[in-house]
Amino acid sequence: MLVVNNLSYKVGSKILFHNLNFTVKSGSSLLLTGPSGSGKSTILKLIARLVVPQIGTIQIDGKNITDLPIETYRRKVSYATQSAQLFGHKVADNLNLPFIIRNQPIDIRKQEKGLDLMGLTQDYLQKPISELSGGERQRVGLLRNLLFVPKILLLDEISTGLDIKTKNKVWRVIYQLQSKNHFSLISISHDQEEIAQAKNILRIGGGN
Amino acid sequence: MNHVHISNLSLSLAALMVVITLIISYWQKLKLEKEIIWSIFRSVVQLIVIGFALRFIFKVNNVLLTFLMMIFIVLNAAYNGKKRAKGIKHAYLISFVSLFIGTATTIGLMLLTKVISPKPFQAIPVTGMIAGNSMAAVGLVYANLYQSFNENSARIEEKLALGASPKLAANEITRKALHFGLQPTIDSVRMYGLVQLPGMMSGLIMSGLDPVEAIKYQILVVFMLFCSTGISVTIAGFWAYHQYFDKEWRLILP
Repeated sequence: MLVVNNLSYKVGSKILFHNLNFTVKSGSSLLLTGPSGSGKSTILKLIARLVVPQIGTIQIDGKNITDLPIETYRRKVSYATQSAQLFGHKVADNLNLPFIIRNQPIDIRKQEKGLDLMGLTQDYLQKPISELSGGERQRVGLLRNLLFVPKILLLDEISTGLDIKTKNKVWRVIYQLQSKNHFSLISISHDQEEIAQAKNILRIGGGN
Repeated sequence: MNHVHISNLSLSLAALMVVITLIISYWQKLKLEKEIIWSIFRSVVQLIVIGFALRFIFKVNNVLLTFLMMIFIVLNAAYNGKKRAKGIKHAYLISFVSLFIGTATTIGLMLLTKVISPKPFQAIPVTGMIAGNSMAAVGLVYANLYQSFNENSARIEEKLALGASPKLAANEITRKALHFGLQPTIDSVRMYGLVQLPGMMSGLIMSGLDPVEAIKYQILVVFMLFCSTGISVTIAGFWAYHQYFDKEWRLILP
């Protein structure tokens, strides 16, 4: 279970959010929405320990996240960004990274299965990243987060720029994996359809 | 050997050559006049001081004094290298250690193989050449790291978000910076003899040494520049990239 307690964050003199409290049970989902610049991405980055915390605590299963070793933390709490940045030259370079991070031999069959789940054919593995469309880049980026199923998945507007068909497919894959593996999911979205479908929603407003 | 002798009068008249550049600067409104005059004044004063200092050190021929002079050169080189280290914490220490190890290893190898002797008239100029070249290379590594970290912050953060260590996240950038640092040495060495007659060789030829004998020294310079630059650049690059991350594996940009 993830518990966020009295979380506050400001940039310069601007308060992004103040005394924020919420809980996400294991295996459940929470959707964060609100105006741009209200600090939604900062919340996810604080959970991913990518930005320096200011006030408040975040706990996972009763433990303060800052007490957990960073070496393994981000393998369990996986953060996918709004516009996936791909590395190297080929799709394979990106899908190899999660294996390299974990010092595990590269499992091509697992990569191909993942591509298949994302609606991309197996030959995409050798495709140059420069030849990918925006939607394909986003799916390859997300697959990096899902090759090893995390404990908590943080999704920062990942469906932005995807067409409706691809967006539905990607969400179907995420929900299938979630029901199978029971990871917690915290996502950010401005998409009305996604907001309408979400069971738990938290609206973040400037300085709330 | 015919020693080259330049009279003070000839040298003073030669200073008029600088006037040409000053006129260009004034004519083209480059506003470099002050900087040109200051840099020339500085270099002349520095060279006069070092000329007398070296004359004294060569005359005394003391190992400790020679060693201190070599350290002084490396300290100065480190200070200069540090100037290009925008946003890199402990840049002076990193520069000094990397340049010291690069220089000491190279000098050590040359002493071991008896290519040079520990005499000040050999050890000090060689240290200057090595440290100077390595300093420029280390400065390039710093500049490249700064630029790459700023340009690729989103990609690095994404790798960190996936669980990559700073080493893995900065791997590409560090390698690129090392490449960038070594490239000018490779490029300049490649053109030796075709475009330029390098400094040491030119000096020896002007002093009357047989050119075939002079190239031996220049070949030696090529070997030692690669050795020291390679070592210094690697130590500085791998140490400096760490400064862009905190203990929590977060990217810290200056």
